[in-house]
Amino acid sequence: MSEIQLEIDGTPVTATPGMTLLEAARAAGLSIPTLCHHEGLEPYGGCRLCIVEVEQRGRTRLVVSCVFPAAADLVVRTRSPKIDRMRKTILELLLAHAPHSPRLGELAAEYGADPNRFEQEAAFCVHCGLCVRYCAEVKQLHAVGFIDRGITKEISFLPEIALRECNRCKECFPLCPTSYLQAAFVLVEGLMSTNGRA
Amino acid sequence: MSNPECACHESKGEPLDAARIDQIITAHRGDPSALIQVMLEIQAENRWLPREVLARMAEALQVPLARVQHIATFYKAFSPVPKGRHDVHICMGTACHVRGAPRILDTVEELTGIAPGETDMELKFSLETVNCLGCCALGPVVEIDGKAHGHLSPAQSAELLQGYE
Repeated sequence: MSEIQLEIDGTPVTATPGMTLLEAARAAGLSIPTLCHHEGLEPYGGCRLCIVEVEQRGRTRLVVSCVFPAAADLVVRTRSPKIDRMRKTILELLLAHAPHSPRLGELAAEYGADPNRFEQEAAFCVHCGLCVRYCAEVKQLHAVGFIDRGITKEISFLPEIALRECNRCKECFPLCPTSYLQAAFVLVEGLMSTNGRA
Repeated sequence: MSNPECACHESKGEPLDAARIDQIITAHRGDPSALIQVMLEIQAENRWLPREVLARMAEALQVPLARVQHIATFYKAFSPVPKGRHDVHICMGTACHVRGAPRILDTVEELTGIAPGETDMELKFSLETVNCLGCCALGPVVEIDGKAHGHLSPAQSAELLQGYE
């Protein structure tokens, strides 16, 4: 298989076709922050934290590295004042939903994000979709899914499946970047609604 | 859903025509790509998609229930709660607004006892506000079951609603 040569943060990096920029960077030991990425799952491009600058034929643009395929002769920058500013704003927006998330807190400290910049509307879920995708792609149980859309979108356990499967699995809980209490809470809620119905 | 008149919680809706629903689902058995088509057909016949029907669809079309539920709650065309026999859409667009749409909405809310997004206990009306129906010259406009009624006064809108069974 032919190899692709590109440059990330001034370091020459070799990638194989089909690799994303994020995978190429991580393989070369360079770190890009992510929330919604998981090695075992299809790229999702949900959190946008892995945004990087790509220079190609003299033009610079911003791309999301977890879904952008590595290509020959790209010049990639994973940190720049512009990228840092965007990551800071993304973090501030996410922190409005999950102010107490340790993972978000670490990143906020690194990028100087102010957790109180936006009015807090704690929903705990930042819609990274890790639990939903893990359950669907890895476990193939589909015990948890999204419902609604836009500002009312939320994760929801299906009581019928959750009652049967979730107690002995719970593999999605540690994946949650905010707090798995959220997942636990929704699970309990789901179980209770089954009891109510039966 | 604070309105006690709202039918969303207690009412089970009209009895389902289970045979008809089965017929629609069976016609597409085993074909996941027909999901939205099946949902549209059942929504058109039944005016809402009960959870039991979603579960049956998921099983017959081999689509995970989580996915069916996501789609049923994502699109406005589908309703997971019972809908009334008549869809009342009140235009709240700029042109209708300045021509008195808020007063029409007040009148309709008063008369039906429901707020936008709700359905009354008799399952007669489902009320929605929309942001423009595209016929601003007719404003204020109320659309009932797809038919636009223009240049309405609050009194005329009340009269109009009384004409529906």
